Amino acid sequence: MQTKKTSRPQHAVSRELLREKARLIRLETLRMTDICGSGHYGSSFSMAEIVAALYYRFMHVRAGEPQWPDRDRFTMGKGHAAIGLFPVLSDLGFFPQTWLDNYTRFKSPLGDHPDMKKVPGVDFSSGSIGHNLSVSVGMALGTRRRGSPARTVCLMGDGEQTEGQVWEAAISGAHWGLDNLVGIVDINAAGSDGDPQETMKTEPLRAKWEAFGWRTFVLADGHDLDAVSATLQAALNEPDGRPTCVLAYTVSGKGVSFMEHGWQWHLGFLGPKDLQQAYKEVLEGSVG
Amino acid sequence: MTADLSRWTPQPRAAGVTYISAEAKATLDLSESRVQGLADEATWDMATSLGLSPQLTTGAVLGDLVEQGHDIVVCTADLGRPTQVIGFGRKYPDRYFNFGIAERNMIGAAAGLATTGHIAVISNYSFFLALMGVENIRNDICYPGLNVRMIGTHSGIAMGFYGTSHHCNEDIGALRAIAGLTVMAPCDGMAIRAAFTNTIAHHGPVYLRAGRGREKPVYSAPPNFRIGGSNTLREGKHATVLAIGNLVSASLDAAEILAAEGIELGVVDMYSIAPIDKEAIHRAAVAHGVVITAEEHNVSAGFGSAVAEVMAEEGLAATLVRIGMPDQYSLLGPPTHLYCHYGLDAEGVAASVRKVLRKGVGKGLA
Repeated sequence: MQTKKTSRPQHAVSRELLREKARLIRLETLRMTDICGSGHYGSSFSMAEIVAALYYRFMHVRAGEPQWPDRDRFTMGKGHAAIGLFPVLSDLGFFPQTWLDNYTRFKSPLGDHPDMKKVPGVDFSSGSIGHNLSVSVGMALGTRRRGSPARTVCLMGDGEQTEGQVWEAAISGAHWGLDNLVGIVDINAAGSDGDPQETMKTEPLRAKWEAFGWRTFVLADGHDLDAVSATLQAALNEPDGRPTCVLAYTVSGKGVSFMEHGWQWHLGFLGPKDLQQAYKEVLEGSVG
Repeated sequence: MTADLSRWTPQPRAAGVTYISAEAKATLDLSESRVQGLADEATWDMATSLGLSPQLTTGAVLGDLVEQGHDIVVCTADLGRPTQVIGFGRKYPDRYFNFGIAERNMIGAAAGLATTGHIAVISNYSFFLALMGVENIRNDICYPGLNVRMIGTHSGIAMGFYGTSHHCNEDIGALRAIAGLTVMAPCDGMAIRAAFTNTIAHHGPVYLRAGRGREKPVYSAPPNFRIGGSNTLREGKHATVLAIGNLVSASLDAAEILAAEGIELGVVDMYSIAPIDKEAIHRAAVAHGVVITAEEHNVSAGFGSAVAEVMAEEGLAATLVRIGMPDQYSLLGPPTHLYCHYGLDAEGVAASVRKVLRKGVGKGLA
């Protein structure tokens, strides 16, 4: 079957708007972690600019029709960063802000990981690392068969690159020439046991993804919104018959000085005085 | 920002939120932590998070066993810190293998290590170890009968709001069907210590189903713990709860609640699930005409089902009441709220027992 052109127009948004949306992701991550008692600050902050650019500039979705067949899909290999996705879905109108206010409380649809059965706008559940690139291969095959212009984007973690299933998915994505499929690796150097490169080295990732048949872009600064947008434009709107991998080098905890770099704030909790300081830095900061 | 900035101010503590205590912090090596210099006692990061799970004693006991001359190696999949074997890794770096997030690779490699004469121990979250890895466990570890110890932590719904991917109400069902695999459930840190220590001479695969490490302790010293055994913790003339894991302490507390109402409830820690202590089941059935099981697992195919098999095959004339997770996926929420909702806390167990006995099931309250 012929690959259908899957280029789609960008939404006309300014860099300043994307910067404010990334700020919203960080502020709400801080607030919701305060409600919950623990949270993945590092993972949410590292992906904030990428997620803001995807949802507000590139992806075509309909908040009033979450199951719209031609929607672009977003799946998370790194499902523990869902706390940074939920504010975006709420802001876009998929569900009311009161859901965020009740994050992780009893019977909440919003937990630490995204749940497709509970949350409109979540295209697939996640939480077990390594599953969702395979799921995304299936989505890309399915939307292509249907002749849909939909693209599927899977955001993975750098620690996730050790999962064998990721590479099984990579082989199949290249085999079937899925140029409607984009994998993004958020390389934030933070995992449960430390920097994934120290726990189990996976670099050089560019050589690996290229060897597996993926067009591979290196995004040297995953927080520079102009660079993020330029790379996503090429990845999503200039298909060349291969799946695309974006290796996004980011900073865990980006935007709060005492959380930046290192693995320690992959998961944690801020007491009220430290939280006050974090809010201040995000509100006054200029990341993006 | 156009939004109301008042949203982004610290709020009062919510119910069910766990905070680290100053006492727990004081016991930790915080040399890698980045909370030092910050303003709040309540603040914690990954390096501090170990203090939240004091019942996960795996690393400490394995270190003691190495000192006694046992040739142990430890494997994990980027969960050395959350399952608390990272201290073992620091002390014995040549005996510690962290595979990154690659569970099936880890299981196969543990099998390979066991073929070279090591006691290979896997320490990982139960859902990723037992549910993701079940086929590797069967083919690579159990069929060859290799000397691998697996401890699957954070079982049941202990991970609460982390969601369905992080709940594990199926591991007993999946694993007790595997021939040659011993399945046991140490209910606290002392029981974990006893489980590793007392089975060290057993040659063959063992799966230990453990909690999150935040459990209320049952034992103040390492208890009796043997393959196929059980511990009777309380005698009761009206009924006996056969419990595993978190439900042992919940049942003991339920017995206290019921004692005030004149109901005498016995409690047995049935830590060995496969093989199971048939004598303990026999005693409970004959004495009361009703057997009550309690587990943080799907009641289908779990511990209560194992008890049912024994009762049916032995022809024990007693009614079985299974307390546990219904055959559905758990709601999300703080674990304490979920335990309350599903009747898996002391009040819940007490309510189940009360209902059974007041209905006159078995010998009732006679």
